[in-house]
Amino acid sequence: MRSQYAVKQLSVFLENRKGRLKDLTETLYQAGVNIRALALAESAEFGILRLVVDNPEKARSVLSAAGFTVKEQEVFAVEVEDRPGGFYRVVKLLSEADINVDYTYAFVGGGEKAVLIFKVPDADLERALQTLSAGGVKLVEPLFFYGG
Amino acid sequence: MRPNRRDYLCREELEALQLRRLQETLRRVYHLVPFYRKKFDEAGVRPEDLGSLEDLRRFPFTTKQDLRDHYPFGLLAVPIDQVVRIHSSSGTTGKPTVVAYTEHDLRVWTEVMMRTMLMGGVGPGDVVHNAYGYGLFTGGLGFHYGAEALGAAVVPSSVGFTKRQLMLMRDFGATVLCCTPSYALHLAEVAREEGLDPHRDFKLRAGFFGAEPASEGLRRAVAEAWGLKYFEAYGLSEIIGPGVAASCEYDELHIFEDHFLPEIIDPETGEVLPEGEEGELVFTTLTKQALPLIRYRTRDISRLYREPCRCGRTILRMGRVVGRSDDMLIVSGVNVFPSQVEHVLTKVEGLTPNYVIVVDKRGVLDVLEVWVEVDERIFTGDLGSLENLKHRLEEELANHLFLRARVKLVEPRTLERSMGKAKRVIDRRELEEKLGR
Repeated sequence: MRSQYAVKQLSVFLENRKGRLKDLTETLYQAGVNIRALALAESAEFGILRLVVDNPEKARSVLSAAGFTVKEQEVFAVEVEDRPGGFYRVVKLLSEADINVDYTYAFVGGGEKAVLIFKVPDADLERALQTLSAGGVKLVEPLFFYGG
Repeated sequence: MRPNRRDYLCREELEALQLRRLQETLRRVYHLVPFYRKKFDEAGVRPEDLGSLEDLRRFPFTTKQDLRDHYPFGLLAVPIDQVVRIHSSSGTTGKPTVVAYTEHDLRVWTEVMMRTMLMGGVGPGDVVHNAYGYGLFTGGLGFHYGAEALGAAVVPSSVGFTKRQLMLMRDFGATVLCCTPSYALHLAEVAREEGLDPHRDFKLRAGFFGAEPASEGLRRAVAEAWGLKYFEAYGLSEIIGPGVAASCEYDELHIFEDHFLPEIIDPETGEVLPEGEEGELVFTTLTKQALPLIRYRTRDISRLYREPCRCGRTILRMGRVVGRSDDMLIVSGVNVFPSQVEHVLTKVEGLTPNYVIVVDKRGVLDVLEVWVEVDERIFTGDLGSLENLKHRLEEELANHLFLRARVKLVEPRTLERSMGKAKRVIDRRELEEKLGR
């Protein structure tokens, strides 16, 4: 299932320095890369920007060339009803399967459905996908992000 | 090419040779250089007072300031018409100093450079890519003549134009690399950025690195990045340039002491220290004609070892230079050498040692910061592991320096990477003093 549902996420190391977020988004803009979902994790001095984009290969190469440190990781996405309990259902299934969620964030978009992105330890990714699929959760294929 | 027999003399024969050469050098400088005559007279010593090598400790030191005070030719022991080459030191720590060579001096220099490169078996068939600076700096021409005399093909690429250097190294099938260790690492980084594999796409088997201090970690990083055997070349332009000492196949740094007589002294008192103790390295040239120097203070902190080396060479060994007595930082009353910081950084697995030490004042207190680049080999994409790395580094630094240092993780290539010597220390306290704050 991993090959079918794993979504490429880019993590970018950022110093908490004026203008760095602007530099990064400008680089992507000029390369015509669309950001589909993002989350920022930060400590006092540095942060990590996590991105799901429509063209991860291109994004990675332009960011590296612009001097950013980029790491590619695999995450997955699920679609839930946009009402109370939607998120809970997914997390509960993972918790019962003893799979730890490293972090999760939401897809930026409208509609009645919400799309959530999950990062779990790499070794647990396949098992997480199977658990959720068996639990009736709708998994989102990467094409949803890459297609633009 | 056979090894040089001078590397293997028995100690008695070597010391007899040194004594003969030292006596002659003292006589020459006393009669030919007014500066030395005055200095010896003031110290109440004459060349005839030297009956043994140990007697040298009665003679006065020469310092870099003496060279500056007699700029440009005041310390020459030959008339200018015998000089065939003039170099100038890199002036890392102030006004440049001038060094001159007679034809004989250049022959000596070529000989010690051959002995340096013979440590790595350089000879016909080798393609030596020489990325030391050609020009006033002694690095470029020193390696050039040594490699050529050994029958190797030399590519005198000098510094700069990194991508073109990589192209030449690859197309010409360079087997030997000569440059500063930080530039060797930079070359490997750029090669990888260009999509090249330093191991597969290049044929380097050995490298001769010097002109800046390198920790064990940096040496290992260079050796691993290129898959080559790392040889260290130690030298300073005042003494001859590169070729004062060189590391053998067992990684032991041997001094060519039939030409350069070493001593280790206490940098504070000037007393000669017992063998094996750490102190300032002092050299007396034994064969140089144009610019003989008596007890020249290198400012480099090291040690000397006399026991024979596994490689069979009898010439004595020096420890790695752990710092310079003049780039030692005093932070909150504690002595800190940049090399100590580098040692800690490179101990942490996977860390490319690119860093800058920043010393600042906060109120009346000194603050030590170490800025470390986060590159793609360190970055896992995980915030926790970076915080973990930062704390581990801070802990290790505190253990080694006996001082709290704050580690700041920075993006790659934000730190200045020079083509030549890496700038490792920013002392903002000096800046504030200069600004009169």
